[in-house]
Amino acid sequence: MSKYLRFLIPLAIFIALVAFLAAGLKLDPREVPSPLIGKPAPDFALTRLDQPALTIRRADLLGQVWMLNVWASWCTACREEHPVLLDFARRRLVPVYGLNYKDQRAAGLRWLANSGDPYESSLFDPDGRVGIDWGVYGVPETFVIDEQGTVRYKHIGPLTDEAIRTKLEPLLKELGT
Amino acid sequence: MKTMSTLRAALAALLFALASVTASAADAPTVAADPVLEAKVLKIAAELRCLVCQNQTIADSHADLAVDLRNQVREMLKRGESEEKILEYMTARYGDFVLYRPPVKSTTALLWYGPAALLVVGLAVFVLVLRRRTKMNADRFEADPEEA
Repeated sequence: MSKYLRFLIPLAIFIALVAFLAAGLKLDPREVPSPLIGKPAPDFALTRLDQPALTIRRADLLGQVWMLNVWASWCTACREEHPVLLDFARRRLVPVYGLNYKDQRAAGLRWLANSGDPYESSLFDPDGRVGIDWGVYGVPETFVIDEQGTVRYKHIGPLTDEAIRTKLEPLLKELGT
Repeated sequence: MKTMSTLRAALAALLFALASVTASAADAPTVAADPVLEAKVLKIAAELRCLVCQNQTIADSHADLAVDLRNQVREMLKRGESEEKILEYMTARYGDFVLYRPPVKSTTALLWYGPAALLVVGLAVFVLVLRRRTKMNADRFEADPEEA
């Protein structure tokens, strides 16, 4: 018996170690869980990117499920995401608002004119203040906000078709859109 | 001769590195008029993790977000808010992850007490092995090599 144990115990320890390492490989340290999930969306009042005279507030968007996509003209990963987002917006499942993060108005508008505008409208956040309130640390990021104004989901990094299919669509269905 | 030229190259590289360090130091526009306030900002910034470059604090990092968050800390201090208030503000937005010293709670217990537990287990195994060995006969061991 003890003869077998001599081999089995190190083997068991080895397997446990491999299991831990394998689980660790799947974790992405860049994906920091947002403390905002399940909490009321942070307040904001920002001007529209295309119309500096118009202000959009958090309260204006209550009563509907909506998405907030954080983007910038200087952000290279946004280029990668853009066609996916355009496709998604075309399906009109849910209004997508943009948060133009730490950008210049002219540069942002030029980027939308050149590569297409998937947004209902974009909010202009030149100093990144609202970005900080939303816990933005890398662009692009995408949030889903429900009718009560609660943050339900956050996607970090470029949206992919797979993320839309496996994460966004089921959530949007659950929220009844 | 060859060593001379490599030495010279190394020296040149060192000088270049030093020059770029001082250049970037001159770039940083963060030094405020009030050194007391600045020391406080740095102290709090050293507690906060930069989310872009995750193994740096926002005191060390030159990332855009780190600069923004340092400015946020400075503004909140100017408004007379306490250190706890500022750390609370940051965790509300970025989660516990933003703290370089994570709080002790049930989900972080393993992190805090795990190393100590491992040490205790290791010491226990060590003591057990030693005790077993003292009970063994001398002929179970190799003889010490004789000094020549």
